[in-house]
Amino acid sequence: MNETAPVQSQGFYAEEMTISVGPQHPSTHGVLRFVVKTDGEVINEAIPDVGYLHRSIEKIGEKVTWHGYVPYTDRADYLAAMFANQVFCMAAEKLAGTEVTRRGEFCRVIACELNRIASHLISVGTFGQDIGAMTPFVHALRERETINNLMEEICGARLTYNYIRIGGVGYDILPETCTRITEFLDHFEPIVDEFNRLLSNNKIFIERLAGVAVISKEDAFSYNLVGPNLRGCGIKWDIRRDIPYSVYPELEFEVPVGTGQVGTLGDSYDRYWVRIRELQESCKILRQCLKMFPKGPAIAKVPRKFKPPVGECYARVEAPRGDMGFYVVSDGSEYPYRVRIRTGSFTAMSIIDKLSKGIMVADLIALIGSLDVDAPEIDR
Amino acid sequence: MEVQEIYQQLEKQFPGKVGEFKGDVPEPYCTVSPEAIVEISRFLRDDPNLKFEVLSDLTALDWPKEEKIQVVYHLYSYSNKSQIVLKVDLPRDNSKIPTLEGVWKVANWFEREVFDLFGVIFEGHSDLRRIMLPEDWVGHPLRKDYVEEEEYDGISTQRAPLVEKLLR
Repeated sequence: MNETAPVQSQGFYAEEMTISVGPQHPSTHGVLRFVVKTDGEVINEAIPDVGYLHRSIEKIGEKVTWHGYVPYTDRADYLAAMFANQVFCMAAEKLAGTEVTRRGEFCRVIACELNRIASHLISVGTFGQDIGAMTPFVHALRERETINNLMEEICGARLTYNYIRIGGVGYDILPETCTRITEFLDHFEPIVDEFNRLLSNNKIFIERLAGVAVISKEDAFSYNLVGPNLRGCGIKWDIRRDIPYSVYPELEFEVPVGTGQVGTLGDSYDRYWVRIRELQESCKILRQCLKMFPKGPAIAKVPRKFKPPVGECYARVEAPRGDMGFYVVSDGSEYPYRVRIRTGSFTAMSIIDKLSKGIMVADLIALIGSLDVDAPEIDR
Repeated sequence: MEVQEIYQQLEKQFPGKVGEFKGDVPEPYCTVSPEAIVEISRFLRDDPNLKFEVLSDLTALDWPKEEKIQVVYHLYSYSNKSQIVLKVDLPRDNSKIPTLEGVWKVANWFEREVFDLFGVIFEGHSDLRRIMLPEDWVGHPLRKDYVEEEEYDGISTQRAPLVEKLLR
């Protein structure tokens, strides 16, 4: 299957064919493009071409104030805006030595875990759709819609939240919302099992993914894969557990890793399965947070003219697409001197060139879906 | 292991190639000379006690007043849960540094991005092309003195003419 020698039969074109996949293609999850060189159905090379969504968010950071930059961070990854909010605020707080209120921390974790569920639902839903299963996508989006409603209740926005502020969060989470979150969790946890019956345990789905695009541990390190992609290779590494931040040390949750249960360790199915398990873990975290939710102010007193001292720092959080890092440099003025956003999709995208050699064209789509790359996060 | 100790070990291993160490900041860093970056990185990755398996981030900072561009490497060790920041100072008008592609594959894309947005040349890079911007773009936007061209491919980049055109 992996032979790439040209077809020798008479009357057929046996030369390499170059096709352009994207930038407008349903399976590319945004505006991505691949220049694919194929020999029949087998790919010789797939060269990713990114940059279509480059909005120079990093440069904008140098022109707006520290507080004013938070809404821009939303746009780095629109599926998981909360995490970019949080990591930027964490970096700014670390620089200035601002303490976040305890209730603020819990609000952050609740909002982030809801966001993680929403993001993973999109990921597993579109993944199914990419390889031909239309229905699970609709089921996943139906659940995500409830989360969008909850988010609207929490912060007034459904996609780009601008919720987390330096020192805490913009608005407190009301008790009514907490009740509705619990209702959602009660409803959602059985849905995960239903989703598994519908998609994860489906024979066609499994056979389509088992052993496809296997990533070794060495490659995962060398290409700096993060998040579910790294854990799919069997490496137990979660920033929430290993470089604890916020209130995660007080919460109990498991870090699911790939086991190669249907094929090889580190194949596409392992990465998918880690995401499904994380949905359940997020539910667990949310329930604990709602139980422990302390009283008090949701935001600390932070000056309007926020001027962190001269210095630099690097903050990271575990976003749905892995280790998201903000490297901020302050020159003591009202504006950041430099903001650098390091995202999981960027590094995941760079491995596609290597993994695509010798796989089938249809498997390329499975590979992109399993890595859960997100175009705005790559291009920023 | 403390960053201080790692720094001392580096100084012992590579005398004269490791510059100042700054430990009293939130993120301690040490400066290294550009020609030694590859061997230092390889040493940090392969040393059985240090084990910096991944290159978390590679970016640059522009300091026009000091006439320098700083390339910043964030290395992380999963085994020891430690981070080290390496900085390399380069002259602004001729910024060249050897590529780290041979040590970490991910450096390929990180370096392309820094080349695109800062204009730092990574010597020995296998595919040093622009990654974010179109190939015919002029200048490197993340440099502090970058001025946007008034037009790109016949499309105005200024806001006012666009609004005027719409009003007409």
